[in-house]
Amino acid sequence: MAKIELNNVTKSYGAVDVIKGIDLTIEKGEFMVFVGPSGCGKSTLLRLISGLEEITTGDMMFDGQRVNNVVPSERGIAMVFQSYALYPHMKVYDNMAFGMKLAKSDKGEIDRRVRNAAKMLQIDHLLDRLPRQLSGGQRQRVAIGRAIVRDPRVFLFDEPLSNLDAALRVQTRLEIAKLHHDMNDVTMIYVTHDQVEAMTLADRIAVLRDGKLMQVGTPAELYDNPNSIFVAGFIGSPKMNFITGEKAQAEGATTLGIRAEHIDLDEGGPWQGEVVHAEDLGSDHYLFVDIGTDEPVIVRRSGKLNVPLGTRVGLRPRPQDLHRFGPDEKPIRR
Amino acid sequence: MPDINPNTAPALATPAEPHKGSPSLQRQRQRAAFWFLAPMLIALFCVAAWPLMRTIYFSLTDATLSNLYDAKFIGFQNYLQVRELSSGRTIYRGTLVDPDWWNAVWNTVRFSVVSVAFETVFGLIVALVLNAEFKGRGFVRAAILIPWAIPTIVSAKMWGWMLNDQFGILNDILLNLGLISQRIAWTASTETAMKAVLIVDIWKTTPFMALLILAGLQMVPRDMYEAAKIDGIHPVKVFFKVTLPLIRPALMVAVIFRMLDALRIFDLVYVLTPNSSATKTMSVISRENMIDFDKFAYGAAQSTLLFGIIAVFVAAYIWIGKVDLSGEKSR
Amino acid sequence: MSNRSLLNTMGFYALVVIIVVFACFPFYYAIVTSFATGTQLFQVQYWPQQLSWTNYNAVLGNSTFVRSLFNSLFIASLTVGFSLLLAVTASYALARVRFRGRGLLLMTILAVSMFPQIAVLAGLFELIRFLGIFNTPWAMILSYVIFTLPFTVWVLTTFMRDLPVEIEEAAIVDGATPWVIISQVFLPLLWPALVTTGLLAFIGAWNEFLFALTFTSSETQRTVPVAIALLSGASQQEIPWGPIMAASVIVTVPLIVLVLIFQRKIVAGLTAGGVKG
Repeated sequence: MAKIELNNVTKSYGAVDVIKGIDLTIEKGEFMVFVGPSGCGKSTLLRLISGLEEITTGDMMFDGQRVNNVVPSERGIAMVFQSYALYPHMKVYDNMAFGMKLAKSDKGEIDRRVRNAAKMLQIDHLLDRLPRQLSGGQRQRVAIGRAIVRDPRVFLFDEPLSNLDAALRVQTRLEIAKLHHDMNDVTMIYVTHDQVEAMTLADRIAVLRDGKLMQVGTPAELYDNPNSIFVAGFIGSPKMNFITGEKAQAEGATTLGIRAEHIDLDEGGPWQGEVVHAEDLGSDHYLFVDIGTDEPVIVRRSGKLNVPLGTRVGLRPRPQDLHRFGPDEKPIRR
Repeated sequence: MPDINPNTAPALATPAEPHKGSPSLQRQRQRAAFWFLAPMLIALFCVAAWPLMRTIYFSLTDATLSNLYDAKFIGFQNYLQVRELSSGRTIYRGTLVDPDWWNAVWNTVRFSVVSVAFETVFGLIVALVLNAEFKGRGFVRAAILIPWAIPTIVSAKMWGWMLNDQFGILNDILLNLGLISQRIAWTASTETAMKAVLIVDIWKTTPFMALLILAGLQMVPRDMYEAAKIDGIHPVKVFFKVTLPLIRPALMVAVIFRMLDALRIFDLVYVLTPNSSATKTMSVISRENMIDFDKFAYGAAQSTLLFGIIAVFVAAYIWIGKVDLSGEKSR
Repeated sequence: MSNRSLLNTMGFYALVVIIVVFACFPFYYAIVTSFATGTQLFQVQYWPQQLSWTNYNAVLGNSTFVRSLFNSLFIASLTVGFSLLLAVTASYALARVRFRGRGLLLMTILAVSMFPQIAVLAGLFELIRFLGIFNTPWAMILSYVIFTLPFTVWVLTTFMRDLPVEIEEAAIVDGATPWVIISQVFLPLLWPALVTTGLLAFIGAWNEFLFALTFTSSETQRTVPVAIALLSGASQQEIPWGPIMAASVIVTVPLIVLVLIFQRKIVAGLTAGGVKG
């Protein structure tokens, strides 16, 4: 519901600059994911948007209105925390209603909204329980429900899935995607260090590193056209292969990047090497081939592949999927 | 740390930069913090800072109990007064040349050092025992809390009875064991009065020491001991090379708290060995002068000196030991 | 080898027994004495020979001693209540809000709790006379604040620090002011800490002697420690050991019971503050 603009936003703690000048516009109803390695400033950026931290310089606009000094509760945001942060002594119902009670909303309205949100998340049978009586997944739903009840302009998620086990994580991820679909005019900002979460949930992804924005774009854009070695390496699994030295210079680049699925097995290919390791994922098969570079090149093939270790193979990268990077780690445009 | 007087408020609400419009979250919180702290600071000012200042002021006057308000300012005469007699002899008067005062200082220091040393060693032993796993550990921990829970006055009376020269059980035990040949007047005799005070204080305060040290011991990871055991290191060596260095910070904090507490001791001495010059401490002699002997200003001067000694002690300890008492830095 | 380890175990348990006996014996002996009367008092007895309630009847029949019990109860309760009231908000500010000079303020509060009480005695004496509350319970309530308040602030601050940050942030997002955070979010989570801190402060106030001795003049205004210290018999020579021990047991048993009930929490509170209660 809100368009968020950040103009040259910085954040420093004393002499330490955590966010170093960020310009970013998040459109109404967009699902934006901040992703990056730990310590890159993604959570700080989220907290700046929430208002829990003050920005040091720059401007932050919600729908064209400057909100630099507006307290969190008046920004029209709701936040889902990594640790759920439910009030331990309040029943689920009161947890969800707390914000509206503080805002002195009408009792009937509170009740209606809490019950709607609970029904939406299928936690309506848990309203009389205390948080400690719930499982991790149920707590996370309550936390999301508490956010929904606030009827926010912006939904903020701070690594909400990292405390859940793998199976629950996938399931909850689907539910968040569905939530975004159902509330498609609400802007959502989501912080994660997991690029799979980023790729599957985001309308657009913002990749951060050392307090700076590296690239912003749709998942496909970041995947197909990374604008730096960092982004190329961060997005996609398995990690993109990077080749330096002679083989890169042969293609006119300092560093050559090629994704595992863009390499074909071809006896007459330009790269010759030995299979040093193989991983069978069932649907896919990864071959680790030593072609004389620092790290073995990973080749991804679908289906089964019976290649004994030590076999010599030839590799042929698909020319149209090669990423060529210059000495500045930026792609070489032609 | 910025040099800010903690008793003045504006330090709390200093914004990093001026803001336009509504106050930011941080500023709102700082403003709230100021109002939250104000009542406590006012209360502490009334019961601590103000009376302390008045005590120091009184120490510079000739006030008496009955004449508090018309007291004359006489400078440092309560501390030291030099008078030239017509005969040419100089006489010195005041607390600083008062042998009773220096006797009290000596008693206090002796008491503090000896009691804290014993309490540390015994506390360490008890803590090590409680840190081991054995049946009935909970019971032992409950048992050692008993001396701590008993009011000091009650302990003084209880021990006063046990140490009684004619009917005391301690003399009886020692006689039966053949350790003494005749009954000892523990609390009355000048040779043993200090020992009696020390026994009671060590008995009463070792539990506190043990609990503080135990908390430090429990922070030492168990696998450290396992590793030492597997390596075949002798337990005594493990204690001195591993355990002791690791609990040193907890031990330092415990020792300084006990030391400060010991330096101000009053009630035990007052009740167990009344009017004994062998045990009279600084607190006891100050109060005696102030209230009982109607030398109000003189007593105030002595209590000011005690305050000064403790202040210097704390400052030196913090400065030398770099002890992180507030726990702020470790976070 | 097994012989040696047996010896070690025996040595260890011997040490345990010595510790327990040393810790408990004086109180045990006080109980034994409190049940003895007449000439029995003046023969050393290791086991109780009789169960006579004479001493207890004497103490509890003494109206000034009973009065002292109520004085102590009133003074300690009010002091602790007042201290906790001020300490809850102050410790929130100290534990949760970043401001300049916070570390210094904490050190100052700690320093006050380590204060030699004699240093303020003269000034407090004047203040109490000025307020006209000499020889009333209010003199003690006022003066006890000097040690209960810094202690409660200090301990509650350490407890308050350990509450999760995200819960507070969730409350901020929900629109809670600092006061709402304290009263509706933190207080319900802190009540075990409040009970512990309050109990420790209560014990401190209950046991205080110097101020109570100095600021009371009549028997009826005395607190329990002063009453026990000044309990005297018919003549100067004749110290009434029986009644003194009975009185000691009466005021100590409730404390010991409370301490044993709240054992774990008290240990946590003592070590959290690192300050004597």
